[in-house]
Amino acid sequence: MTSAAVSPQLSRPATLAKPRFLEPAVLGVLIFIGAEVMFFSGLMSAYNIARAKVPMAIWPPPDQPRLPVESTAANTVVLLVSGLLLWLAVRAFHKNKQAVVLAIAGCTLGGVFVAVQGYEWVGLLSQGLNMQRSAHASFFYLIVGTHGLHIIGGLVGLLTVVRRLVQGTATLAQLRAAQVFWSFVVLIWPVLYVMVYL
Amino acid sequence: MSATDHAHDDHGHHEQQNFFLKYFWSTDHKIIAQQYMWTGVFMALIGGFLAYAFRMQLAFPGKFIPGFGYMSSLEYNAAVTNHGTIMIFWFAMPVLIAAFGNLLIPLMVGCDDMVFPRINRLSYQVFLISAVILVSSFFVKGGGFNGAWTAYPPLSANSDYNMAPAGSSLWLIAVALEFVAFLLGGINFIVTAMSSRAPGMRMWDVPIVVWMIVVASILFMLSVGPLFAGAVMLLFDQNFGTYFFNPERGGDPILWQHLFWFFGHPEVYVVLLPAMGMSGEIIATFSRKKLFAYKTLLYTVFATGIISFFVWAHHQFIAGIDPRMANVFTVTTLIISVPIAEMCFLYIATLYGGSIRLKVPMLWGLAFVAEFLLGGVTGIFLGASGADIYFHDTYFVVAHFHYTFVPIAIIGFFMGFTYWFPKMYGKMLNETLGKIHFWITILGFNMIFIPLFFTGMWGDHRRIYNYSHFPDLVKNGIMQDLRIMATVGLLIMLSAQVIFLMNLIKTALSKQENCGPNPWKSNTLEWTAPSPPGHGNFAVMPTVYRGPYEYSLPDRESDFWPQSEPPDADKQA
Ligand code: HEM
Ligand SMILES: [Cu+2]
Repeated sequence: MTSAAVSPQLSRPATLAKPRFLEPAVLGVLIFIGAEVMFFSGLMSAYNIARAKVPMAIWPPPDQPRLPVESTAANTVVLLVSGLLLWLAVRAFHKNKQAVVLAIAGCTLGGVFVAVQGYEWVGLLSQGLNMQRSAHASFFYLIVGTHGLHIIGGLVGLLTVVRRLVQGTATLAQLRAAQVFWSFVVLIWPVLYVMVYL
Repeated sequence: MSATDHAHDDHGHHEQQNFFLKYFWSTDHKIIAQQYMWTGVFMALIGGFLAYAFRMQLAFPGKFIPGFGYMSSLEYNAAVTNHGTIMIFWFAMPVLIAAFGNLLIPLMVGCDDMVFPRINRLSYQVFLISAVILVSSFFVKGGGFNGAWTAYPPLSANSDYNMAPAGSSLWLIAVALEFVAFLLGGINFIVTAMSSRAPGMRMWDVPIVVWMIVVASILFMLSVGPLFAGAVMLLFDQNFGTYFFNPERGGDPILWQHLFWFFGHPEVYVVLLPAMGMSGEIIATFSRKKLFAYKTLLYTVFATGIISFFVWAHHQFIAGIDPRMANVFTVTTLIISVPIAEMCFLYIATLYGGSIRLKVPMLWGLAFVAEFLLGGVTGIFLGASGADIYFHDTYFVVAHFHYTFVPIAIIGFFMGFTYWFPKMYGKMLNETLGKIHFWITILGFNMIFIPLFFTGMWGDHRRIYNYSHFPDLVKNGIMQDLRIMATVGLLIMLSAQVIFLMNLIKTALSKQENCGPNPWKSNTLEWTAPSPPGHGNFAVMPTVYRGPYEYSLPDRESDFWPQSEPPDADKQA
């Protein structure tokens, strides 16, 4: 069935410039985030299925210590501001402006978030809420703990880049890759908060 | 980024000192491909040995098994479980996705290495650790995990039931680590194929196998998350007494089945697509014809990928799901067989009117399509929920998925290996030995699984370790004969691999000259690199002028036209 005429592909310009939409590092992180979104979806749907099966929708079990709803709401704001600061840091870097201060401030707020979360966990544990208490408690620690590990991982990534930023060796792709991942862990938190705490 | 990573020097005179660096610490995609391939083959030998052991037990229950000893019911379950786990996660995945993906993607898109070479090396290292953990789990107290490769709770969650407390946790950890390894590898594949293509290579010039590996990687990325979540939950249930899958305090055991199969079904296409792609390359090359309907094939692949996320509950038809939901999943399952069939038809159309050369890789490529069809067709019976109530958990299911997985993993490995062997090692394998090996392997394979379709239809449940305890499973007195026949088939198939080994040794010892860059007269870019390609792959980085399947054009003298040959090169010559 090949046409007898000379193939139309003959005159391909050899130096077809490849448009690069994204730096490979950023693209890699985005793909990884895709996997992460599915991972958290797995946790969340498991949680919702377990919750939907509870007789008469008594959730969490009434005999359990109450979760720190208000202080965590405040902490959520802290995390969102941290995400905003890092976004601004990337923008500043892109425009060759001072980015270090913004980045360090953002990381600090991220650190505050983890510290407050840890403090709340200690409180809950001392009130006797541990993972073996109920399916609700199992899910609470699993989901919040998994997110906490992501925050810590994101911070480690950010701090490595911030160090290079201070030394003046960081590239935009590196900063953006770390910041994109950070945006993911920041933005998924309000969803988890609403689902698990409220 | 990639070129700067090769700090060490690979040239001949340093070989002795650098052996470790070269083969265990390399970031070269070709070396990593070999690491994955040979680790996978080694694991397949273990998996094959386990199959030998439990098939002997089924054929000759309670008898002494040479090389194994007497088999207890617990050992039987552990053998079956780890056979399945190894063949899927430590053979099919590393060989098809990781080894061929690593070997082919940079060579076929015409770049010097993966975009993230050190992540690539890390991927293999994590994989190797996971393999070591899995194998060591056979030797801990209580033995290896024995709750089937699907690891349904409560059996998998509670060591009072499975009696393998350490084995089941090690198994889960190994599987989870293995997922991490392929996650790292898959990111590399996708990014490399998207951002490192040779100048001139448009989307439609990418060889179909690269597309299929990329789509398979995307499927893996998007499906593995929920199972990873489930694996963590199961690990907690096993070790910390949580209640995720335990209904006692609000958990749900069926939840695991959903998390598992949400991954598990896309996973079958994750391993299918690379093999499908390889057979496409081979069939086009050895029919000397343009691959039929490249774009349709590609859209078919995308469709398969998308639909594969909506069929998983066909594994739970009898797990107590709502019958209305079962209907929905019956329909989606029947729909997904359309693109799968389409792929096979496009390959057959490629063959039509071609000048077919039955070289060994082509035999494997054709066998792949023919045998896989049997597996796909029997899937349709299982997908009909009414029929599946009877078929579920019988040997019919076992035969179904072996007619898919054996073509994918074993035939797929041999087809890719024999086709790209000259590229990897610069020598040609012996054709005669290759053909003998091919025919005996195929004979053995069919002899195992055709009988199992029948024993399954006649009632053999798949998780029984001694059928002499079930005297009613005797249909006309030939049930046991069929079981023995399957075991004999396995022995034939296993012993055929000796011929393969002989072929390898013979080729390695032979003093034949280098086969040159393009022994099969194929069009894709890897055949313009030297065999084997050195560091950086290409002597001159290629530029692409046309699609990958321009064979037997009427207005050209030679019957192929490499992608990187400048348009008027032959006129000048
Ligand atoms: C890509 C090729 C395929 C592979 C590798 C594959 C693999 C498998 C595996 C491993 C199982 C058994 C899982 C277990 O219980 O241990 C299975 C079961 C099943 N397969 Fe396939 N399959 C493939 C194609 C298909 C197709 C095309 C269909 C339908 C159109 C299909 C329908 C089913 C159904 C309905 C079951 C469930 C049977 C049961 O457990 O009762 N499969 N398949
Ligand atoms: Cu399935």
